[in-house]
Amino acid sequence: MTAVPVPRKPEAGTPTATAVALDQAAIRLGGRTIWSDVSVTVAEGDFVAVLGPNGAGKSTMIKAILGLLPLAAGTLSVFGDSAGEAKGRIGYLPQRHGFDSATRIRGVDLVQLGLDGARWGLPVPGSPARRRDADRVAEVVDLVGASGYARQPIGQLSGGEQQRLLIAQALVRRPKLLLLDEPLDSLDLPNQAAVAALVRHICEEEGVAVLLVAHDINPILSYLDRVIYLAGGGAIEGSPEEVITSETLSLLYGAPIEVLRASDGRLVVVGQPEAPFVHGDRHG
Amino acid sequence: MVEAAVFQQLSWNPLTDLHELFAYPFMVNALEAGTIVAVMAGVTGWFMVLRRQTFAGHTLSVIAFPGAAAASLAGLPLAVGYFGFCGLGAVALAGIAGSRRSLSAESAAIGSLQALALALGFLFVSLYHGVLNGLDSLLFGTFLGITERQVGVLLAVAAAAVTLVGIAARPLFFASVDPDVARAGGVPVSLLGLGFLLVLGLSVAETSQITGALLVFALLVTPAATAHQLTSRPALGIALSVLLALVVTWLGLALAYFSIYPVGFFVTSLSFGLYVLVRVGRGFASRAAAPLALEGA
Repeated sequence: MTAVPVPRKPEAGTPTATAVALDQAAIRLGGRTIWSDVSVTVAEGDFVAVLGPNGAGKSTMIKAILGLLPLAAGTLSVFGDSAGEAKGRIGYLPQRHGFDSATRIRGVDLVQLGLDGARWGLPVPGSPARRRDADRVAEVVDLVGASGYARQPIGQLSGGEQQRLLIAQALVRRPKLLLLDEPLDSLDLPNQAAVAALVRHICEEEGVAVLLVAHDINPILSYLDRVIYLAGGGAIEGSPEEVITSETLSLLYGAPIEVLRASDGRLVVVGQPEAPFVHGDRHG
Repeated sequence: MVEAAVFQQLSWNPLTDLHELFAYPFMVNALEAGTIVAVMAGVTGWFMVLRRQTFAGHTLSVIAFPGAAAASLAGLPLAVGYFGFCGLGAVALAGIAGSRRSLSAESAAIGSLQALALALGFLFVSLYHGVLNGLDSLLFGTFLGITERQVGVLLAVAAAAVTLVGIAARPLFFASVDPDVARAGGVPVSLLGLGFLLVLGLSVAETSQITGALLVFALLVTPAATAHQLTSRPALGIALSVLLALVVTWLGLALAYFSIYPVGFFVTSLSFGLYVLVRVGRGFASRAAAPLALEGA
């Protein structure tokens, strides 16, 4: 149950600050240890995928970073602060199944809520603050390429269009860290790649660190900086080439795992044992 | 000569008729009370429909009925029964929504609560053998017997309810459309849920004393549902919801004054008619390949 240390590649140039650091962290839910002795760091501006089988605790890690779940052991810091204190600097997109077609909320209003949804009282129409808000919403909607359909009811948009608007909502307050829980889940392959390219673009453009929970690494592989792989009650972190190998994953799972590389560069993980609670992923 | 029989007092001269509407204090009070109720119902109803809590809202208005019956039975002022039962009902409904096992379990639990409320209401009415002059007035209200003092109380309650909704408008909107993200952003989602049901209970308790337990629900849901059909812009939607509630209330009161039928019938039928009209109209609009005509740009 230990994390396998993979040394970070020494990077040339200026040293990057740490966005998220977990040190020997453990999470227990309902008496069950989800993962323990996890030590990972995410640098500012990095695009990191959180991978692993169902029930390995990928969403749990996101919730812990948000400060919604307490650690059972170890430490977790976000930009040097404890998890709960960094809320204002985090944009979050939870795991979801999309808005149904009856949801009559416009995309722009949803993005706007990311900006002022937690403010009490009523806005003064036409005030300078209100105009600044509207400008920021338009800017971020433009950044995700959703200007063409942001004024339609969100329920009538496709999954990929909804996902772009939701990413805009998470981005609107200029967070330094973006937590995306399975944003590619309900999308077809071209859309998965398009959203991954968008996230890469955001990382570079806005200098935001991104943690993206995903099931399949292949559509996003070419856009990633690093990978956190959760399995067997532990975690391993490194570049995709370091982590997605037969040796590293076998060590993590504690069982023989084979990683095959297809001729088109796609990775296939073989022999991956299913976690004991396959349906527990929704809570874990 | 059906019309003549139904609208016995109508002179068919608009000016004379309008003048007559405002000639009697009871009618002025009714119009004032109706206006206040319509504004409050338009605002709270818009959020109720947005939150898909129509069933919960209906249950609150049904709970007002055993509340009033219990108060009569115990010899307490009716208001005590209305506020007590609606307050308790709001807390119970928030508890049901908070446990949120699943949507179907939630609606089943609310339905059971509603059935119990109705049964209790009828039990209290039958236990009370005195001059409880009517199930009718408990259910359908006494719109045309409103005193000036009642109008004052109504205004105070409505102002409080609308102010509370105004203060919480944006967090409540956020919590209604996107609870998970709202919670992560620091919005007290569960507390807002309870708070909203309490405000809804407050509105229902106060208005049902005048409009009756059934009519308040018609004013809460139908104009708001129509507004949601017409626009997905929040501010415009709330304004439309209030406007529609006002129009049906005023027209309903005027028609009832000149006819032999009760206010409730006109208000509910008018709002239902509007709702059907809008739905059918939207159906045609979307088939005419102009699905965004009402959304604006």
